[in-house]
Amino acid sequence: MRVILYIINKEFRQIFRNKGMLPIIFILPLLQLVILSNAATYEINNISFGYIDNDHTHTSRALIDKFRASTFFDVSQVFPHPKESDLAMLQGKVDVVLTIPEHFERDLWKDKNIDLGVTINAIDGAAAGVENVYITQIIKTFNKNLAVDLVQLSNNKAQPVKIEGIPLFWYNKTLNYKTFMVPGILVLLVTMITLFLSGMNIVREKEMGTLEQINVTPIKKHHFIIGKLFPFWVIGMGLLTIGLVLAKLIFAVPMLGSLALMYFYTSIYILVILGMGLFISNYTDTQQQAMFIAWFFVVIFILMSGLFTPIESMPKWAQFLTEFNPIKYFVEIMRMVMLKGSGLYDILPQLIKTTLYAVVMNAMAVWSYKKVS
Amino acid sequence: MKRFIGFVQKEFYHIFRDRRSLFILFGMPLAQIMLFGFAITNEINNVDIAILDRSQDASTKEIISKISASEYFSILQYIKEEAEIEDAFKKGKVKAVLYFEKDFSKKLIKENTAKVQIVTDATDPNVANTISNYINSILSHYQEEQNRAITQDYQIIPQSRMVYNAELKSVYMFVPGVMTVILMLVSAMMTSISITREKELGTMEILLVSPLNPVQVIIGKVFPYIFLSLINAAAIVILSIFVFHVPVKGSLFLLGLESVLFIVTSLALGILISTISATQQTAMMISLMGLMLPVILLSGFIFPISSMPVPLQVISNIVPAKWFIIIVKGIMLKGVGIHIVWKETLVLLGMTLLFIGLSVKKYKIRLE
Amino acid sequence: MKEDTVIQVEGLTKVFGDFTAVNKISFHVKKGEIFGFLGANGAGKTTAMKMLIGISAPSSGSAHVAGFDVYSQTENIKKSIGYMSQKFALYDDLTVKENIRFFGGIYGLSKDKISQKSSQLIEELGLEKVAKSLVGSLPLGWKQKIAFSVSLLHDPKIVFLDEPTGGVDPITRRQFWEMIYKAANNGTTIFVTTHYMDEAEYCDRVSIMVDGNIEALDTPKNLKTHFGSDSMNDVFLKLARS
Repeated sequence: MRVILYIINKEFRQIFRNKGMLPIIFILPLLQLVILSNAATYEINNISFGYIDNDHTHTSRALIDKFRASTFFDVSQVFPHPKESDLAMLQGKVDVVLTIPEHFERDLWKDKNIDLGVTINAIDGAAAGVENVYITQIIKTFNKNLAVDLVQLSNNKAQPVKIEGIPLFWYNKTLNYKTFMVPGILVLLVTMITLFLSGMNIVREKEMGTLEQINVTPIKKHHFIIGKLFPFWVIGMGLLTIGLVLAKLIFAVPMLGSLALMYFYTSIYILVILGMGLFISNYTDTQQQAMFIAWFFVVIFILMSGLFTPIESMPKWAQFLTEFNPIKYFVEIMRMVMLKGSGLYDILPQLIKTTLYAVVMNAMAVWSYKKVS
Repeated sequence: MKRFIGFVQKEFYHIFRDRRSLFILFGMPLAQIMLFGFAITNEINNVDIAILDRSQDASTKEIISKISASEYFSILQYIKEEAEIEDAFKKGKVKAVLYFEKDFSKKLIKENTAKVQIVTDATDPNVANTISNYINSILSHYQEEQNRAITQDYQIIPQSRMVYNAELKSVYMFVPGVMTVILMLVSAMMTSISITREKELGTMEILLVSPLNPVQVIIGKVFPYIFLSLINAAAIVILSIFVFHVPVKGSLFLLGLESVLFIVTSLALGILISTISATQQTAMMISLMGLMLPVILLSGFIFPISSMPVPLQVISNIVPAKWFIIIVKGIMLKGVGIHIVWKETLVLLGMTLLFIGLSVKKYKIRLE
Repeated sequence: MKEDTVIQVEGLTKVFGDFTAVNKISFHVKKGEIFGFLGANGAGKTTAMKMLIGISAPSSGSAHVAGFDVYSQTENIKKSIGYMSQKFALYDDLTVKENIRFFGGIYGLSKDKISQKSSQLIEELGLEKVAKSLVGSLPLGWKQKIAFSVSLLHDPKIVFLDEPTGGVDPITRRQFWEMIYKAANNGTTIFVTTHYMDEAEYCDRVSIMVDGNIEALDTPKNLKTHFGSDSMNDVFLKLARS
């Protein structure tokens, strides 16, 4: 039992003595947390907007002004001809082009309706959809303002009905993406560090020859493994703590739920990751191989965690695969506890699954560590 | 020159004899592309919502059936009290609650207006916003149907034309992005340990003593991996075209050339990391921890760069992936030629030369 | 197994796929002996040793080390033996003192015992000035001596040394063998593999492995007489050629 302490002691000394690695373990993740959290947003604004005005009337100018006033669009270019606007779109200089036809004002008053050409760069389909919605809304508002005088004059009994959909955004009134992304990115960083460190650690001793030396001692497998992984567990929890403090201070991310619950869950979660790292370590001979395999899984875990694209949008088989993605659970729990104030009972399913995962993963890791080959 | 070729040959042998790494280098990127092409999408469908209907009359029932019929939504439960909303959200399955007020139909007839609260779980603001927008358009539709008989306001009707991606397929957006990100990460990883490995194994002295000059050593180390990465890139493009049906409207040849350039840029970055790292572990951690998130987040792969705060937009310029994504999307989806993407190409070229130059300089320092 | 036999090997074999690395070797080692396990590089010495120290399972045959079976009692074997690997296997990023403390602790020595052994070791090797230096910064010869001493920390019955003198100068090699003699005098059995044939002269008995088989097993004196050679080097050459 005391043996574990000797190992932990050695590991900590080695980690902190490695001057080159310390900034990578501590400063790099936190730096990324602070900087990159600002990058992750699906908000649409400042979309480069251009127009072709073949009418040049009061109405056409008023319409364009409405777009100018909107924060979604950055009305920056005017084109004389579709040829120029098409080229600009190819060059990526503009993403939306409004084409106002000749006799726009005249035909609008005459026929009471007229078509307006809108060309949208739809490579980012989701963004294009949202841009379209915003454009439609702006035009609808413009339509209403046009008709205000006339509707008042008519004594039409049949009035148009209006169904008012009132959006209410709970837990995040201002639709602040950071509230959503910061905890998620923190999860990613903690996961990466603990996985990479644990994955490479044992392989490194293999490569250096010290693992063989250890295997000749009477040390028990599980003592050795616990001693090895404990320091990384501490580092993971440490990073989480500092990250949470930064999240609160810099991004004002709310912390509605119980901090103790967060820590409790994280302590189990990190065990899953460490188990994976160890498992990878047991089956690779070089640090390079361990790195590649760890990378393979991390990229998949990150992109399919529900942090960047919703899990609900994935095909069923992919959703099933995410059941094996530990990050998915962590992201869900982070949001539920931090942003919604969910309690132990609410997160029970994820907690149980994660605990099971931790037990299985570590059992496999210990079993696959062979002192005798 | 002969020495150089000999050196490159040795590097080739190193790589091809490590079977496990080889399998990983080829198999994994492909597996990832397959996975992501199918799984990563922004499109919303079958989102679980709940209904709180205080009126339960003809109008609300009609609206609800429209929503139920939509492929975007799936009605998970009907709740009776406002207090239950919180509970539903806490459990995490329900993403939105439609809350119809009392006397909905009556209010429509008498006051010409009735309200529906679209209560969304905005912990994922993107989904919340999209849900709100979609529900609003369903409501709008219903509203228009009711008002059809009545002659209406002035209508400017926008005729939207979606170009480059008429069906708004998210595959078009993500596949080029995934391709870029994976190529960059794999390439940088591969070369990042190449020089530090020699250091740790002790074969560095042999290199230093050899008559090869620093530039030859650096380029010799990059060369075999270009070959490897190209095979990867080609496989990825083939997958994109035949499995995901992403078009290649522009020149395949140009795409190939640009891919080579980008691969070289990434490999050069890896070598640079290699020259500044003391141990393999450090090199690996830098290329893993230092590149992964910045490349995913700042390349424009998922999140539009134009939406980011200005300082980040500036930083994104040093991420090679950002420029290549513009090139790839341009060639594949817009069908442009070199006269449109020359600027981005030059940037990549410049970065490559910079990385190689810095690597040579760092390597020379070691010699002295 | 006889009372003073500490290693007993019968028909020990290790096969990798269709390659036989160790082919039915048999021998025994007595307590306090310095037993040299010789052979060219790739002859199978290290593979054989790995089976004896309990980190490689034999394909067939039997072996007992310190009275314990190498198939089923490896952990007991490990308690009774010390080991010095080819790479010297100390932690380069720990100091001399820290390495001693670590390995002492792993073998279950008490704090006091470790402390005592540590001072003893440092004094004997004259390492006072570098006790707090990282092992990685020390010259090869010193690492070697430290590694040997560490393998003796827990007073094992047998010490296995795998090519312990690789890459060091003749004087250091001489000093190292003096350390080995001292340990043997104290009753520790020494099992050492080497490809330096001149070191064979220092052993009580040697075996010579060629391509997985033991082709010779006797005292150096007897072997030289048998082969009509005046050096072990010559004995080996004659063996290798036949």
